[in-house]
Amino acid sequence: MLMSNRARRPKAENQLVSLANAGIRRDGRWLVRGVDFSIRRGEVVTLIGPNGAGKSTTAKLAIGVLRPDEGSVARLAGLRVGYVPQKLAIDWTMPLSVRRLMRLTGPLADADLLAALESTGIPHLIDAEVRHLSGGEFQRALLARAIARKPDLMVLDEPVQGVDFAGESALYDLIRSIRTTTGCGILMISHDLHMVMAGTDTVICLNGHVCCRGTPEVVSQSADYLKLFGNSRSLAVYNHHHDHTHLPDGRVMHGDGTVTDHCHPDDGHHHRDAHGHAHDHDHPHHHHHGDHAEAKGEGRA
Amino acid sequence: MLDDFFTRALIAGIGVALTAGPLGCFVVWRRMAYFGDTMAHSALLGVALSLFFQINLLIAVFGVAVVVSLLLLALQRRQSLSADALLGILSHSALAIGLVLVAFMTWVRIDLIAFLFGDILAVTRTDIALIWGGGVLVLAALVRLWRPLIASTVSEDVAEAEGMKPAQTRLLFMLLMALVIAIAMKIVGIMLITALLIIPAATARRFSASPELMAVLASLIGALAVIGGLFGSLSYDTPSGPSIVVAALLLFILSLLPAAGKNTADRAGNQGVR
Repeated sequence: MLMSNRARRPKAENQLVSLANAGIRRDGRWLVRGVDFSIRRGEVVTLIGPNGAGKSTTAKLAIGVLRPDEGSVARLAGLRVGYVPQKLAIDWTMPLSVRRLMRLTGPLADADLLAALESTGIPHLIDAEVRHLSGGEFQRALLARAIARKPDLMVLDEPVQGVDFAGESALYDLIRSIRTTTGCGILMISHDLHMVMAGTDTVICLNGHVCCRGTPEVVSQSADYLKLFGNSRSLAVYNHHHDHTHLPDGRVMHGDGTVTDHCHPDDGHHHRDAHGHAHDHDHPHHHHHGDHAEAKGEGRA
Repeated sequence: MLDDFFTRALIAGIGVALTAGPLGCFVVWRRMAYFGDTMAHSALLGVALSLFFQINLLIAVFGVAVVVSLLLLALQRRQSLSADALLGILSHSALAIGLVLVAFMTWVRIDLIAFLFGDILAVTRTDIALIWGGGVLVLAALVRLWRPLIASTVSEDVAEAEGMKPAQTRLLFMLLMALVIAIAMKIVGIMLITALLIIPAATARRFSASPELMAVLASLIGALAVIGGLFGSLSYDTPSGPSIVVAALLLFILSLLPAAGKNTADRAGNQGVR
């Protein structure tokens, strides 16, 4: 079941990007070396690996931000890329609204702009200044920007960092659906195979070089993967069941499709208290998000 | 009308301010204040070379500023020293070399103070033509470069990934900066060019909801500072450069007063959590 690049070579016309034995060296040290993979239209490739494994470096090699010192990187001519970088520090002295950020690298029709913001759940922030966004909101804006470009290839470097737990799975669902509806290729970086498994075709496990690759199921069972990540984590394909969904603007969508302002009209801070508070909609609760949002919120380093 | 030296200075100064505004915004956004200072200080070296080789002052200053900025880029890429220390070395060395060279040329008598701090008496009709001609050139280039410049200011990686050429954009920006320094030198003087770039931009920040608005406001605020400063310079017989910078500073302080800034973008943004 392990996929090899060679097997794919005949379908070269479908390849958006292909790296062949690519490596990059800085100050006499190889950041990554011998990286071999390609991304086809409609394929989701996920890079996983520990800190410093060269995930971001590999992504930058793929899209041409960095040039390989060894090997080669080939991109389809005129490839349209949508890029969500791992870090983006905007100097606060630049007044930049979300609307303006969306048009950063190219013009965009109003309808497309709004549709993309709606898909990531932040249409209400369209005129907000970027520097006032929370970490999670900023990620949603960056993701919306990449989506709105209607790219051939989306490169998402930890796209859900700082997003709360419920939002995380919703965004992964969104990314998956974009692949199906637009047929673009997606290169995603994550350190959590658990979350991305369900929507990934090929997982490439990096640690300075390609440790192992294959479908998520194969990689999660491989010895190399277990050595890097341990086997303490349960790797069942993540399924999320809610009978209501917390929308990013604070409202709640219930199982029957209705939308209300809160779970409970009198309780604006329901995230913080324990379960079991009364609900006028009478739905059992799985409040994952409260604690997770707090814990993960600032983890952007 | 242009026979009056003060009118000439006013027209020239406003031309400089209008050009410096948008460019100054990028200097602020890109945190290049020290970089700009270094380029400006190298202008005196240009003055010395222009006198020595009998070449046009503007061309000499522009040329030296370009060479120094390229040198800076090259040195920064090697990363042997922090950018900060590197700028400190180059900035003051360029100024010192310029001063030493000028002192060596005992056969020419130049008004050093006029070069360092600006002199409204020195503005000729040719200067006005050069300032407005150069200014139009710079502004036209900025309009054309606007989107790639904004994009690469936000993130060079994103700009590069999405089909722009941030390295080329950066280089063109340096050239524009060198040009502005060359044309601004006579009015504000070598030592204070950076102030005319930065202070109006910083003043405009509070009233701006978009980069475009900030650029336009910076131009207008700069022009206001030039008008105020030159009138001050005329009435109190002070050097024009410092007078303009003091006027710009007063406007900046005014903008900090609580009632002055009601930024709509700020309020809209308060829906955000942070």
